[in-house]
Amino acid sequence: MNKKETVAFNGTKEQEAKLMEAINRHKGSDGALIPVLHEAQNIYGYLPIEVQTMISKNLDVPMAEIYGVVTFYTQFTTEPKGKYHIGVCLGTACYVKGSGDIFNKIKEKLGLTGDSTCTPDGKFSIEATRCIGACGLAPVLTVNDEVYGKLTVDDVDRILSKYTD
Amino acid sequence: MKSLAELEAIKSKMKDFVDMRKEDSACDHADSVRATVLVCGGTGCTSSSSPKIIKEFKDQIAAKGLEDEVKVIQTGCFGLCALGPIVIVYPEGAFYSTVQVEDVAEIVSEHLVKGNIVTRLLYEETVQEDSIKSLNETNFYKKQMRIALRNCGVIDPENIDEYIALDGYKALSKVLTEMTPEQVIDVVKDSGLRGRGGGGFPTGIKWMLAAKSPNVIGKYVCCNADEGDPGAFMDRSVLEGDPHAVIEAMAIAAYAVNAEQGYIYIRAEYPIAVKRLQIAIDQAREYGLLGKGIFGTDFNFDLDIRLGAGAFVCGEETALMTSIEGMRGEPRPRPPFPAVKGLWGKPTLLNNVETYANIPQIILNGADWFTSIGTEKSTGTKVFALGGKINNTGLVEVPMGTTLREIVEEIGGGIPNGKKFKAAQTGGPSGGCIPASLMDIAIDYDSLIQNGAMMGSGGLIVMDEDNCMVDIAKFFLEFTVDESCGKCTPCRIGIKRMLEILERITKGNGCLEDIDKLEQLAYSIKESALCGLGQTAPNPILSTIRFFRDEYEAHVVDKKCPAGVCKALVSYKIVADKCKGCSLCARQCPVNAISGEIKSPFTIDTSKCIKCGACIEKCKFGAIIVE
Repeated sequence: MNKKETVAFNGTKEQEAKLMEAINRHKGSDGALIPVLHEAQNIYGYLPIEVQTMISKNLDVPMAEIYGVVTFYTQFTTEPKGKYHIGVCLGTACYVKGSGDIFNKIKEKLGLTGDSTCTPDGKFSIEATRCIGACGLAPVLTVNDEVYGKLTVDDVDRILSKYTD
Repeated sequence: MKSLAELEAIKSKMKDFVDMRKEDSACDHADSVRATVLVCGGTGCTSSSSPKIIKEFKDQIAAKGLEDEVKVIQTGCFGLCALGPIVIVYPEGAFYSTVQVEDVAEIVSEHLVKGNIVTRLLYEETVQEDSIKSLNETNFYKKQMRIALRNCGVIDPENIDEYIALDGYKALSKVLTEMTPEQVIDVVKDSGLRGRGGGGFPTGIKWMLAAKSPNVIGKYVCCNADEGDPGAFMDRSVLEGDPHAVIEAMAIAAYAVNAEQGYIYIRAEYPIAVKRLQIAIDQAREYGLLGKGIFGTDFNFDLDIRLGAGAFVCGEETALMTSIEGMRGEPRPRPPFPAVKGLWGKPTLLNNVETYANIPQIILNGADWFTSIGTEKSTGTKVFALGGKINNTGLVEVPMGTTLREIVEEIGGGIPNGKKFKAAQTGGPSGGCIPASLMDIAIDYDSLIQNGAMMGSGGLIVMDEDNCMVDIAKFFLEFTVDESCGKCTPCRIGIKRMLEILERITKGNGCLEDIDKLEQLAYSIKESALCGLGQTAPNPILSTIRFFRDEYEAHVVDKKCPAGVCKALVSYKIVADKCKGCSLCARQCPVNAISGEIKSPFTIDTSKCIKCGACIEKCKFGAIIVE
């Protein structure tokens, strides 16, 4: 078993205050857990065990249930994302137009092998996303909120080189 | 909003402004606004920077002091996503395609100031010698009929007044003031409308069942906007382009089944749709179109959005409700059906976005109008998201019964690069393939089922001769294996076994019995899985085996992949006659598998070759082939 490298949790007081505000706003309403998790992930970028514990305590939901929900939905992640998060769409329309090759090329360029999704310096992370609905531009990838469409494998270098800082 | 008169007042205030966008507008624009610039703000065009284009238009127009005469409006999707970003200027109806930020200055100074249409930027097909062809006469739009998409690309989805100007909320006022719930249900029943999410269950019957359930402790009306099929973006476009239509329809449904609270369950992957929906809900609340005592009656209804979190199975109705309840989105056995016991154990009506989008029009125009469109058992229209190997990727809405050939060849503009049509995949991971031999069948719910495919929510992915059907089946199974929630064994383990067999076949280790085994497994999973995801997961396999058995056999018997996709089964070769010996391929090869003398034919060492395809892309003479 190779142990996964994890980045230590370093949440701030401001983040915690925001989270508490979100919890209090949703507390008591039916089905509050998933909206709270969405907000928590927006605040922290991911849902490490520390954040789940805070939610469990303050929303009064058992930890097992929270962990169950977090791991069920692919949008929720317990791993931090890189400064630049790359999502390569592997929906059907993109796939038939070769997005699988683009995904592999980026992993190769970033030196990511096997299951690892984030570069050790925390700069880039990559994810194969479900259809993002921009099928008209297939194949598509996103870097944070920027969308790149109608790509070929040759575009990979050009795109990555934009994110050097 | 307490009365119809208030609605009419808004409508007449907005009329001139919105009428400009109608094809047959004969109004004299007494209003001070003389031109309207519509810019597509759907996800496709937004991805190719339409927000920057809008800003540029606004800046340039302001710089010229035209902001009172020319209005810039961000709309929903026009449908022709392949040509985005799209800009339409009214009253001329000039359709500018693939507009870049740099082009805006020219459109403003030439078209908006001097009145000269910028021909170079027009959608090619609309250019005529002395005039521009109306969009409705172009091949892409000619055969379309827009009911669910009627306002998409026409109105500003973030402005409720524009929706009202085009008869918005009129159906709701009619229902609340002139009709009984039973009459509403009868109209929906008589219209023959069937669920557009894929199953095709008659909507009127669903409403009737939900209405019959006693309202002891409350009832809910829900909207399924968890459009998870890869390659499908119909619902997203409706919500981005015309969110009020869905809100109005849900209020009508709530009145019909006696509910007071609704939920829209939408994918978090659709941020623009979520944002516009929230704006629309807020506006409707402000106008009193949601809330208490709507239109001065004693009818109360309110709506909330619930975000999905990336689980395909949550598109299944019972799983969707478990997810709204805040739990793992696992389905549960039916019966009891949601109409009896749904969200939080209360009777619940659940319909898909596109289904709802049809409702206000059915109420306004009557059931007879709706049944006059489409085929006998599938009335109305269907929205398809055209994608894959097709020229006009985008969103189309056609009457039921349109043939696949019309959609692919006429509306879709055929296959790029002169390739041959091989199959169309409908219904995503739950659907199947329609081969070229069935291109002339009329597409409706029943004909697709008869042919081993299904309507699905409307994704229509076109594949050409370069796509391997075994690989496509494998692709969908990988998807369903990944998305299986794990609750029932046939789905969790059965589909995994099928995927393993397919992997074996694509690696060249399959045998003929594997094909039979796949079929056997497929039928038993179909019969025994708990929910729609599992029951339909084998469809892509069954339909590819049915229509492309020869391709499966080529993989297992000849150990060849006819389309050259399955890497383990192909080898690269240089045709000596065609090779000019330029060495370009050898320089591209990442593993130095290609060698030879300049100006004489090169060769590939197949033991070194990793089949990456870099050489083929570079060869200018077509000398490298895949076998």
